[in-house]
Amino acid sequence: MKRVYVNEEWCLGCHLCEYNCAFANSGLKDMADALKGKNIYPRIHVEGDEKISYGVSCRHCEDPICVKSCIAGAISKVDGVVTIDRNKCVGCLTCVLVCPYGALAPSEEGTMQKCELCLKNSCGEPACVTGCPNRAIVYEERG
Amino acid sequence: MSNYVIIGNGTAAVGCIEGIRSVDREGKITLVSKENHKVYSRPLISYLLEGKTDVERMKYRSDDFYDKNGVEFLPGISAEKIDTDKKEVTLDNGKSVSFDKVCVATGSTPFVPPFEGLDSVEKKFSFMTLDDALGLESAITPDSRVLIIGAGLIGLKCAEGIKDRVKEITVCDLADRILSSILDSECAGIMQKHLEENGIKFILSDSATKFEGNKAYMKSGLEVDFDVLVLAIGVRANISLVKDLGGEVNRGIVVDTKMATSVKDIYAAGDCAEGYDASIGANRVLAILPNAYMQGFTAGVNMAGGDKEFTNSIGVFGLHVMSAGSYDGECFEEKREGVLKRFFVKDNTLIGYMLIGETERAGIYTSMIRDKVSLDTVDFELLRKVATTFAFSDENRRKKFGGVV
Ligand SMILES: Cc1cc2nc3c(=O)[nH]c(=O)nc-3n(C[C@H](O)[C@H](O)[C@H](O)COP(=O)(O)OP(=O)(O)OC[C@H]3O[C@@H](n4cnc5c(N)ncnc54)[C@H](O)[C@@H]3O)c2cc1C
Ligand code: SF4
Ligand code: SF4
Repeated sequence: MKRVYVNEEWCLGCHLCEYNCAFANSGLKDMADALKGKNIYPRIHVEGDEKISYGVSCRHCEDPICVKSCIAGAISKVDGVVTIDRNKCVGCLTCVLVCPYGALAPSEEGTMQKCELCLKNSCGEPACVTGCPNRAIVYEERG
Repeated sequence: MSNYVIIGNGTAAVGCIEGIRSVDREGKITLVSKENHKVYSRPLISYLLEGKTDVERMKYRSDDFYDKNGVEFLPGISAEKIDTDKKEVTLDNGKSVSFDKVCVATGSTPFVPPFEGLDSVEKKFSFMTLDDALGLESAITPDSRVLIIGAGLIGLKCAEGIKDRVKEITVCDLADRILSSILDSECAGIMQKHLEENGIKFILSDSATKFEGNKAYMKSGLEVDFDVLVLAIGVRANISLVKDLGGEVNRGIVVDTKMATSVKDIYAAGDCAEGYDASIGANRVLAILPNAYMQGFTAGVNMAGGDKEFTNSIGVFGLHVMSAGSYDGECFEEKREGVLKRFFVKDNTLIGYMLIGETERAGIYTSMIRDKVSLDTVDFELLRKVATTFAFSDENRRKKFGGVV
C-alpha cells in the first residue's frame, strides 16, 4: 500500500506541510479563509532542530495499536487506511497514550484526528506531499 | 470444523472473535451474553450521561458484527457451568452448547460490602453496565444530592458523567487520597483540586458504617444526607466458572502468555483474567479496555491454532492525567506551571510515568516502556521535556519513518 515517507536530508523545516494539511482538511476553498489568523490543527508535525527536520504523521501501521485500544471502537482500518469515526470518538485520549509516533491529536472540537491520507477530502492525495517544495515527503509504495 | 464458545460479550469477547477469525474463517462460534445488549463500550457509560455520546454511537461494533463474523449470539443468557468431560457449557435457560475450546471473558462484578441498613436505601446503583447508567439517569433530577462511595476511576467517572445534571455530588473514600491505586499523593492532590473546582465535594479517610433511608452515617461521626447513592467501592473478577473446575485462580483467572488457563482447552481474557505483566514482572489483573482487547485477540488466535503471545501492559486514565506502567523505580520529575511529569526508570529503561497537564504524544513514552528501549539510545533529557521522536537515534528514527511498521 502507498504510504507517506519522509526524507530528512531534503526537509527544509519550512512547516509548509502543516499549513497544507490544515487547509486540505478545512473544507474551505480559500487558503486565507482557512488559515489566516487562526490556530491551525494540522495532522502532520515537523520535528527536529536547525540541522535535521522531518514531518511526522500516521504510519498506518500493519498492526495498529490505536485500533485495538480505542475505548469507543471509533478507529478502524479500512483498505489499509486507519480512520477515525469522529462521530463515535469521545476525546478520552487513550489513543494518544498508545500511538508510538504521537500521530494523533485533538481537533478544534476535541475529538481526535490524524492523517487519513487526504483520501476523503478535496485534495484526494496527501496535500503535504503535493505541496512540499523540496520533495522531502513522498507518497509511494515501499516493501 | 472447530467449535468455539465465548462466555461474555465485552471488549475481550470482541477481541477473541476477531482473533479466531484472523486464523479460522470457518469454525463455529457461539457467544453467550448475560447482558441483553449487543456489545457496547463500557467506559462510555459516563460519557452517555454527560451527553457526549448516545446509545447508538456507543456501540463498540456495528450491528452486523455478529452476522459478518458468523457468530451465533445468545443475548440475555448466562453460562452456569463448564463441563470438561462432556465438553459442553450449561446455560441458565436449561440448554447447553458443546465446545472444543472456550474463552471465558466474563469481566468483573461490582463489590458491595454488607453495609448495615443498605436495604433501607431506595435509590442505589452500581456503575458498571449500560443498564446501571440508564437506571441512574432515570433516578436523578436537577435537585438530587448524590453520594458516591469510592473515589476510584469508576466513582469519579460517574461523578463526571452526572455533574451538570444534579445539585450536589459528594464522593467519599476510605483512602486518604483519590485514585489511590494509580496516583501518588501529589498527583492525586492536583486532581482533587481540579474536581473540587468543578463543584465535587470529597470526604476522604472516612467510610460509611450505616445507612438509614436517605442518610449515611460515617465512621468519623459525620452524617451525610443524599437522594441517590452510587456504590463504586471496587470490583471482583468473575472467576467462578474456572474456579469451579479446580482451575488456578487468584484475584483473577490465572492465564499464561497465550491466555490459556490451567484447564485444558479453556482460555480467559480481559478483566476476569490475571496475566503476566512485563512491566512489574508478575501476574496481575489489568482492568483496562486496551488490555481486554489484546488479551481477547491473543486468546482467539491461540484457540484457532495460531501462535501469539501477549505480556505487555499499558495504563490508562482519561480525565486530565495519564499514567502507565509501574512506579517502583528511580523517579525523574519535570515541573512547570500547570505541568507535572514523573518518569520512573529501572535497569536503564523507562518503566512507568504519570503526566498531568501535558499529555501530547504520550504514546511515544508508552512505546518506550513496551519496547524496553534502553535509555542509552535516546536523548532522555529532551524526552522528559517533550515527547518527540527526535530524541531517538538517527538509525532508529529512519527505520521508523522509512519503512513499513
Ligand atoms: C465506568 C467505567 C469507566 C471505565 N473507564 C475506562 C477507561 O477510561 N479506559 C479503560 O481502558 N478502561 C476503562 N474501564 C474498564 C473497561 O471498561 C474494562 O477494562 C473492559 O470493559 C473489560 O472488558 P471485558 O470484555 O474483559 O469485560 P466486560 O466488558 O465487563 O464484559 C464481560 C461481560 O461478560 C458478561 N458475563 C459475566 N458472567 C457471565 C456468564 N456467566 N455468562 C454470560 N455472560 C457473562 C457480563 O455481563 C459482561 O457483559 C472503565 C470501566 C467502567 C465501569
Ligand atoms: S495513529 Fe499511530 S498507532 Fe494508529 S496507525 Fe497511525 S501511527 Fe499507527
Ligand atoms: S480519543 Fe476518540 S479515537 Fe481516541 S481512544 Fe478515545 S474515543 Fe477512541
